Amino acid sequence: MNQNGTIIRMSGIRKVYDTGKVKVEALKGIDLDVHAGEFVAIVGPSGSGKSTLMNLVGCLDTPTDGEYQIGGDNVAGVTRDQLAEIRNRRVGFVFQNFNLLPHITAQENVELPMLFGGISPKERRERAKELLTRVGLGDRLDHKPTELSGGQMQRVAIARALAMNPDILLADEPTGNLDTSSGTDIMSIFNELWKSGRTLVIITHDPALARRASRIVEIRDGVITRDHRNEEAA
Amino acid sequence: MKRDIHIIATLFSSSAQLQKKRAFLTIASIAWGTVAILLLLAFGEGLKRQLDKNRRAMGENISVLWPGETTKAWKGLPPGRPVRPRIDDIEYVRTRMPELKSVIGEVVSWRTALAYGRKTINGRVNGVNWEYGEARKHYPVAGGRWLTPEDDLQRRRVAFLGDEIAKDLFGDVDPVGKTILINNAPYVVIGVMQHKTQMGAYQGPDAQHACIPMSTARAQFGRDRLNNMLIETHRAEEMEAALEKFNSIMGPKLGYDPTDDRAFGTWNTVKSSKVTSMISGGIQMFLGIVGALTLLIGGVGVANIMFAVIKERTREIGVKMALGAKTSWIIWPFVLEALVYTFLGGALGIIIATLLIAASTWLPVESNRVMAFLGRPTLSPMIGIATSAILGMIGLLAGYFPARRAARIDPAATLRYE
Repeated sequence: MNQNGTIIRMSGIRKVYDTGKVKVEALKGIDLDVHAGEFVAIVGPSGSGKSTLMNLVGCLDTPTDGEYQIGGDNVAGVTRDQLAEIRNRRVGFVFQNFNLLPHITAQENVELPMLFGGISPKERRERAKELLTRVGLGDRLDHKPTELSGGQMQRVAIARALAMNPDILLADEPTGNLDTSSGTDIMSIFNELWKSGRTLVIITHDPALARRASRIVEIRDGVITRDHRNEEAA
Repeated sequence: MKRDIHIIATLFSSSAQLQKKRAFLTIASIAWGTVAILLLLAFGEGLKRQLDKNRRAMGENISVLWPGETTKAWKGLPPGRPVRPRIDDIEYVRTRMPELKSVIGEVVSWRTALAYGRKTINGRVNGVNWEYGEARKHYPVAGGRWLTPEDDLQRRRVAFLGDEIAKDLFGDVDPVGKTILINNAPYVVIGVMQHKTQMGAYQGPDAQHACIPMSTARAQFGRDRLNNMLIETHRAEEMEAALEKFNSIMGPKLGYDPTDDRAFGTWNTVKSSKVTSMISGGIQMFLGIVGALTLLIGGVGVANIMFAVIKERTREIGVKMALGAKTSWIIWPFVLEALVYTFLGGALGIIIATLLIAASTWLPVESNRVMAFLGRPTLSPMIGIATSAILGMIGLLAGYFPARRAARIDPAATLRYE
């Protein structure tokens, strides 16, 4: 984290997909800063480039052009393994389809990022237990994902995202696969996390979720069309 | 490094289980390949040992020299003259070549009448020196003995029979101590040769001749011309020089050019055993390659399964990458998995092959003519090492190449909405 509390600093980001014959410019110059403690919702219609932006923010991919710093780490020109390490320390992912490993327990799923982060087995176990209890699954530690409901799986995913105490929590349509009541549950968890000081970036086209964010960034055709504070957010 | 190992071990132990049927087929294909390579190599080893044993049955480090005709002019004499070694020449060579283990002569009488009781057969009778027994591996069956120096000195009428000629003459009766007639002269049978499978022979198999002392043969057949001379060296590598020296001594004595190496026809068993071992080495290599190819097919099976597994676990791999797994943490659990299947299959194959080879002891090696040459399948430490090395290599390759594909997975692509 920088002194001024800027966690994400993107300037002039371009991403071009080269499919051989056609070159598709998914992002055409994005400037975006996210400060510590912000709750940013990135919204836009499908094909607007928001998935591409999410991949770049989450360090799953590198930009074709432009500068990107996350928590002080420069993403340009790093190796695959270095990028993996940045993801591990800086970013906690929450996906629409949960992406839990199906054959291991909830607790083992939460321990996974800590395994990659080099945290000792004992600490891993304790922290996973603590995190799962915090999201209300203290009694489901040894359940496998297939034995959990959608809302419970997403809560496991949130616990996993928090495991390495990352700089940002990056969620991609986190309520997209959930019924209304589970979705509401998840949204309130995000709200609580924000209030406890976490930085959140959520990609969504769910207006209900976007309304809860402190800042809404609208994207269309690879450029940011609107970036404004959301006074509604409590 | 330690951390890497910990992570890889943890990921490996928590990785998904293969479907039972798939695991079974994969392990079975490796087991099959292992059984094939082990049986083929064991067969090759058995063949090699049997060839070796059969070759040694005629004698080791010996050369057989049979007199022929000179092929070079020498001291005004033309080529094409016969060479005629005599019994005295044995001693002549012996005193001049003390480095030899033995110098032996043979006086052969073909189609000689041998009679016991009412039965008469025509057989081959060899007058030989007593050293012949050890050099040419004429070991007596218990209860009998080979010729001694005294037999020769006292010109005793004693005979040592090859096992086949003994059977022809005596049937099931024990020949030792019985008197037979050789050209109507009585001889006491002092021993019968132990059965041996003999690969090389000159003048016929040893089982079909009778041996009598040299001095007795000289008196019996009335001639002192040698049909063969044998020289035996202590070590194999001395043979080449010994043969040269033999000719340099016998040349002047018998009147031929010492460089005329065809005056005596020569069978150098040291040389021919090298050829034999090259042939058996070649056969073993061929069998090994066939076996290794069979095992390779098993390896392709493992690689195939690993490709399928990685395709199925693409999303899982993507998730692990998103959570911060490095490339090697993705690759090695898969390589380990492939190694485990290979190891299990290999162990199973080794057990099956060992049992099969152990079961092959009922094969009638000595009494069956074909088996007497093929020998019994035998496992050796070398075979174990070679097979394990091939198994390990196959496991590594069958794991590594699919795993490399896993490492190239783009996490962003696998984590998208669908």
